[in-house]
Amino acid sequence: MTDTIVPLTTKKDWMSDQEVRWCPGCGDYGIMQAVQTLMPELGIAPENTVFISGIGCSSRFPYYMNTYGMHSIHGRAPAIATGVAVARPDLDVWVVTGDGDALSIGGNHLLHALRRNVNLTILLFNNRIYGLTKGQYSPTSEEGKITKSTPMGSIDHPFNPLSVALGAEASFVARTHDLDRKHMMNVFRQAHAHKGASFVEIYQNCNVFNDAAYDGVTGKHAREEMMIDLEHGMPIRFGKDGHKGVVMGSDGQLRIVEVAEVGEDALLVHDAQRPDPGLAFALARLSHDDHSPTPFGVFRDVQRGEYGAMVGAQLAQASEKKGPGDLNALLRSNGTWQVG
Amino acid sequence: MTDTEERQDRRPEQISHVVVRFAGDSGDGMQLTGDRFTSVSALFGNDLSTFPDYPAEIRAPAGTVNGVSSFQVHISDHDITTPGDSPNVLVAMNPAALKADLHRLEQGGLLIVNTDAFDERDLHKAGYDHNPLHDDFLSEYRVVEIPMTSLTQAATEPLGVKPRDAERSKNFFALGLVSWLYSRPTEPTLAWIESRFKDLVKDSNLAAFKAGYAFGETTELFDHPFEVRPAQLPPGEYTNITGNVALAWGLVAAGQQAKLPVFLGSYPITPASDILHELSKHKHFGVRTVQAEDEIAAAGMALGAAFSGHLGVTTTSGPGVALKSETLSLATSLELPLVLVDIQRGGPSTGLPTKTEAADLNIAMFGRHGEAPLPIVAAYSPSNCFDAAVEAARIALKYRTPVILLSDGYLANGSEPWRLPDPADLPDISVSFQTEKNHVNADGVEEYWPYLRDPDTLARPWAIPGTPGLMHRVGGIEKQDGSGNIDYSPANHSTMVHLRQEKVDRIANDIPPAEVTGDADADVVLLGWGSTWAAIDAAVQRTRRAGTKVAWIHLTHLNPLPPNLGDLLKGYRHVLVPELNMGQLCRIVRANYLVDAKAVTKVQGLPFTSAEIERAIQEALS
Repeated sequence: MTDTIVPLTTKKDWMSDQEVRWCPGCGDYGIMQAVQTLMPELGIAPENTVFISGIGCSSRFPYYMNTYGMHSIHGRAPAIATGVAVARPDLDVWVVTGDGDALSIGGNHLLHALRRNVNLTILLFNNRIYGLTKGQYSPTSEEGKITKSTPMGSIDHPFNPLSVALGAEASFVARTHDLDRKHMMNVFRQAHAHKGASFVEIYQNCNVFNDAAYDGVTGKHAREEMMIDLEHGMPIRFGKDGHKGVVMGSDGQLRIVEVAEVGEDALLVHDAQRPDPGLAFALARLSHDDHSPTPFGVFRDVQRGEYGAMVGAQLAQASEKKGPGDLNALLRSNGTWQVG
Repeated sequence: MTDTEERQDRRPEQISHVVVRFAGDSGDGMQLTGDRFTSVSALFGNDLSTFPDYPAEIRAPAGTVNGVSSFQVHISDHDITTPGDSPNVLVAMNPAALKADLHRLEQGGLLIVNTDAFDERDLHKAGYDHNPLHDDFLSEYRVVEIPMTSLTQAATEPLGVKPRDAERSKNFFALGLVSWLYSRPTEPTLAWIESRFKDLVKDSNLAAFKAGYAFGETTELFDHPFEVRPAQLPPGEYTNITGNVALAWGLVAAGQQAKLPVFLGSYPITPASDILHELSKHKHFGVRTVQAEDEIAAAGMALGAAFSGHLGVTTTSGPGVALKSETLSLATSLELPLVLVDIQRGGPSTGLPTKTEAADLNIAMFGRHGEAPLPIVAAYSPSNCFDAAVEAARIALKYRTPVILLSDGYLANGSEPWRLPDPADLPDISVSFQTEKNHVNADGVEEYWPYLRDPDTLARPWAIPGTPGLMHRVGGIEKQDGSGNIDYSPANHSTMVHLRQEKVDRIANDIPPAEVTGDADADVVLLGWGSTWAAIDAAVQRTRRAGTKVAWIHLTHLNPLPPNLGDLLKGYRHVLVPELNMGQLCRIVRANYLVDAKAVTKVQGLPFTSAEIERAIQEALS
């Protein structure tokens, strides 16, 4: 017999009364649908949930959620959310950010929130363009990209968001895309369940300034041969009937192979829980362009101390050792003398 | 003369006060020496005021003038406020210290030098081409030459201390000597050395201290010791406190009085870091401290904590204020309580990190984009930093606004005796969180409006996450008056800008009126703020004793200003505004009240001397 979870809320309980103002056709709608559909399943209450965002198109997200929320400053959402999560470990804190917000102006805060392993679920909407400012290249735009600020093509080498997160000691790293609600919900569910900082890159389409950026990978025609679904403990295979797979060469390099040629046993078995992030890093860098097989799913999911809990533990430890704070004692702690 | 008569002759001479300056290389332990002399004087019951003065470099090249670290302490048998304009005694541990600080010593002052440090190499490093001890260069002073290093070595040699290690104890020799000279009790210092050091280092320091004390007692270099009797301070229990510790304790007290946990987000910066250090020790008060990745994050974390129902605080100095500007603007727009503490130092940019200045009033007043008014509180003495912190928190919480609390390097590191307040007398600064919906919409449905204001204070409700039914979103985008929904309409923006200004303006009715001390009917009034309090206080007392009338108003609230200030200032022919900047308050006063105020400025990284203020008064009246 299995327990049946009766959701405390419905999707509607998570939708605010504000008119959604993204451009028609924006990938953000799909992501919002996935989040709002997922929420009742998580068994949490809207009043205990906080969405913090920075600035950018994606950062309007909190206005549309019937939770506590803050639309803050460009790049600063991870820092502000750290304050919320450390002050109130009882809350579910989500960060919604974009490629410019998280990786350009707010790079530092993202790195340190991940390093500290603050209990945040960070959703990075990566559309590889600045949308709100109407079409400049972003830190994830490909080299050579022609935009308003790069009429001769971008000469900036882009970030790989997953590499950045893994390099910043992230304990949970995943990728999903805006066209597959089920996949998004599955990844978000795991990200939410993870204690500590969870980082999710979402391939998100900006149909106005960078349309079809991911068509070569997530487009209906390409998906089957281009999307590699990572499943923990399973051999990494993809393509029609799983005819392709990933192997690790003797030089440590990951390669895409025909399963028929190498045999099933030669395939790499995905292990998201490996303490060492090397494999996750290699998988994050398997694809170098927009039309090569690209892994999706959870790359890394390991446990280590969660920051807010550790802050709380030190407070409890101090109280146990010194008793509750006594202002009279504090004022006298450096020695006193009497006059009169 | 018999032995007894001789001993009687060497009984301490009573003096009312003395200013001692310990000066040496950064590695000579002068801050520690000064601090110990201060502590023992505090325990003895003197009134006192201190001025640590040290370089920005952790260890500048040894023996150079740039590496000189000094500690000036004024001890007195009566109420004093300043560390003294000119030291009566200078202890110079090396030629560089002599070079750096001799000009401060009063005419005829006592100069105690460590002759062991005056070899050719040390003299050269200090920039002397001659030995000032060998000619009449120092003839204006009473010079006492003591080979402190070798005497320390001799005293510690029987313990098995190597000469090189013994050298590190020579500051305790100096402390012992000066302790004898001013009849300080030895027990507290001996006990402190016992508790602070271990093994051979402890023994070496104890031996050096005792040797210094005995040296004063047995040699004929000094006629007799002096004694500064305990001061007749108001009855009570006292502790010696620095501004930064007082400020940190004030924040702890504010949390207690507000019944809220304190959350500090901070990034290390001189001279504010000690507040982070101090608050990190008080986790049992529920104080959370996070050393953030940068100044911006430190402010952001504090704001996030404030949104969540904590007393959010961020501490910094000038360069950090610049970085936190965007967060202050957001906090002004979100109308959430936040306390930003600015321990001012010499600027612009890195400026003089270890030296004092009070030149951040402009950035505190105006350093945000858009119309972003916020209240400003300024501490005026080391112990007043406690009350100022509670007051800044009170205003922030009651009016749901960021508040800037200004202190400076001089207050931060300086110390004075503080008559402990009774925590029961501290103000109750608690506020209520919103727990109920507060608006009925056109369809008769109850809602929560996050920007529906208190009609008196104009403060908006504070509903924290976890409160059922009051979920709401706030953001930097302009909000509709009342509902808080995004609203870009022209009339609404105008309403909101005016409301935010009006809210801050109304705080004027909730702060003490400006008070005149001294002679209310004088021709000249001094208008001060911040740490100039000490020098102004001494100058006003002396000017009045000399028969000249002078009035003085000292501000603790710089925005909004007390409502009666304009009228008060208009009653004087001369309005002088002494400031450690180029006239920042003066400009505000002139603009606000159209009074012909004149700035008295100093930007040397040093506090005013009282003589400088006295001179300014005389010049205004002549």
